[in-house]
Amino acid sequence: MTNLQLNKEGKLKHFLSIEGLSKESLTEILDTAESFSSMSEQRVKKVPLLRGKTIVILFFENSTRTRTTFELAATRLSADVLTMNISTSATSKGESLLDTIRNLEAMHVDMFVVRHAISGAGHFIAQNAAPHISVINAGDGQHAHPTQAMLDMFTIRQYKHDFKELKVAIIGDILHSRVARSQIQALNTLGTKEVRVIAPKTLLPAHVESLGVKAFNSIEEGLAGVDVIIMLRLQKERMTSALLPTEREYFKCFGLTEKRLKLAKSNAIVMHPGPINRGVEIESCIADGPQSVILQQVGNGIAVRMAIMSLTLQSNIEAL
Amino acid sequence: MKKIHISNGHIIDPANNIDQQGSVYIADGKIFAVNEQVSDFTADISIDASNSIVCPGFVDLSVRLRDPGQSYKGTILSETMAAASAGVTTLCLPPDTSPVIDTQAVIELIADKAEKASYAQVYPIGALTHKLAGSELSSMFALKEAGCIAVSNATAPLASLLVLRRAMEYASSHNLLVMYQPDEASLSNQGCVHEGAFATRYGLPCIPEAAESIAVAQYLELADLTGCRLHFSQISCRRSAIKIQQAKKYGLKVTADVAIHQLHLTEDDIEPFNSSFHVLPPFRTKKDKQSLRESLANGTIDIICSDHQPHDIDAKLGAFPETEPGISSLETLLPLTLRLVQDNAITLSQGIAALTQNPAETLGIQRGTLTSGLPADICIFDPALSWIVNQDTWKSAGHNTPFWGQTLKGRVTHALQSGEIIYAL
Repeated sequence: MTNLQLNKEGKLKHFLSIEGLSKESLTEILDTAESFSSMSEQRVKKVPLLRGKTIVILFFENSTRTRTTFELAATRLSADVLTMNISTSATSKGESLLDTIRNLEAMHVDMFVVRHAISGAGHFIAQNAAPHISVINAGDGQHAHPTQAMLDMFTIRQYKHDFKELKVAIIGDILHSRVARSQIQALNTLGTKEVRVIAPKTLLPAHVESLGVKAFNSIEEGLAGVDVIIMLRLQKERMTSALLPTEREYFKCFGLTEKRLKLAKSNAIVMHPGPINRGVEIESCIADGPQSVILQQVGNGIAVRMAIMSLTLQSNIEAL
Repeated sequence: MKKIHISNGHIIDPANNIDQQGSVYIADGKIFAVNEQVSDFTADISIDASNSIVCPGFVDLSVRLRDPGQSYKGTILSETMAAASAGVTTLCLPPDTSPVIDTQAVIELIADKAEKASYAQVYPIGALTHKLAGSELSSMFALKEAGCIAVSNATAPLASLLVLRRAMEYASSHNLLVMYQPDEASLSNQGCVHEGAFATRYGLPCIPEAAESIAVAQYLELADLTGCRLHFSQISCRRSAIKIQQAKKYGLKVTADVAIHQLHLTEDDIEPFNSSFHVLPPFRTKKDKQSLRESLANGTIDIICSDHQPHDIDAKLGAFPETEPGISSLETLLPLTLRLVQDNAITLSQGIAALTQNPAETLGIQRGTLTSGLPADICIFDPALSWIVNQDTWKSAGHNTPFWGQTLKGRVTHALQSGEIIYAL
């Protein structure tokens, strides 16, 4: 399965999960993204790298930010982009995932960017797609969201330069979070000194330590001396499925407040994959404050996704 | 009927404490003699069983034939033939066919088809509740009269513990065995893998051991209360085994089986997102596997079954949680049991007892032994014969096994059902 992402030369063909990728691969993505990131300030924001390529953005789940940054990234690489929101389209008529993919393949596309509510959907599509097609996982169930993790790594590197001495805390619903799983794998692959997760037991998966993290049920203990704080969004449905009592109690125990922020290092940065629930997981003054890098994350999303799209499609072009 | 002489085989018949070289004589579809001097026996057919084991035909407590209702996955003909080739001469069919086994008509249909196929003997298991819906009792007495060997609600949940209590009381009034695959649905919560490191890594919906062991505890309490004969199907974890061991010690009439693949694979063996590993109960931890093996050796678990569930290709083609659970496992039953012997987990005699004598005793049928006068159900296998699991060797319509492509050791060369040769390699 680790080989599934790489072609015969060991180059990135699909981007499905951080698992199985080397530190060198991740660094290559970050370096490539860096070369794209200055582009957005230029007058002409386009490069012809993927001219003539067709990219289908296939979203079986709703999203605004991720979808639009993928669209912008593909457009800036000069690819032709088709966005499909399938939740309202064919599958509701009973067409299978595989049939949807086969139909699009017949239109000679080069890449699928897929978001799906089921863990493993990206792998399934990559395994069954025609050999010339690259698949990028834009989030599958609770499994992985590797492009989000890479843009977070990019942001951390911008501010902290080296992962070796960093202590990073991820706070919130780890259990249901594909973002957290990919972030943990990326942080560990890049050699982060210590990765912590902070949540009540109802929002931590079983054997969470097996992911290579330290688990804390108290935010005060978990935040002590960290360099990077990553907040996760709290979904409303966690309250109805008896995982948490109320939003207010969650904020009381796990909300990031000014007082708690002081427990981290004074130059700690605060991140959030968005969208933010102000007053549920984070105080407004922190989200908008000097230590917050939340909007930088969004901007970096375009450069990182350009890097991943161009690397995967180029390895495919070289292979042909 | 033909007279058959099986010679030069290593005969293992745990029920009669036989474990030696010798001959088996068959006449009129029944065992005529084992290892005795027989004068005046002119065999119509002679089978040379040199280098082979001769033992009772296997009795498998859980084999989905997919018929009636899902003949695109398998038929009574295709799956009983696969059973014969695997040495399984008697099998139990769980009630979750379509229509459900809760009327005489369905039982007659199954019996007709099985007789026409004339491979393995098929015993239907009746539904415990009407249409398996979990709220009203099925007509258990009528089902028993029509040929059901036991009752179960398959994998469908019951509405309440009160319904279970009544069902157990009613079943035991008619001296019917209740079979149950333990699962507390509210805790397994539509999971597809074990709640452990694998599920955590891949973000898959998961099932804790407690979903099973809590159900075991509830059923044990009610079996004690009602005096019902209870059999646990497909135990998967250590916690369940401990509870069953305690209950047996306490004197409860309870037995248990384990699916053969649970004794070999764990969550660590699952190839990520490979749906052929999707099975319920899910593959647990190394510790659970070890405990299941020990429980089999010390008699806490009495029986090995295949838990055969053939599927069509489409059922397994999808993202892992969306695929259908189950493994096509009749044909790996013997080689994987022999692998347990090779691993020194159990003796060969224990393995054969777990496939023959013990399930027959749980069902209360006169099979699973080579006792003179009983139906001649016999399996002859070469324990050293290697074969590859592939298109050429496989008989079941379902190719859904994680062992596909692997080389296994031990193969059935002959199977006899009531003195008829139903399979010869």
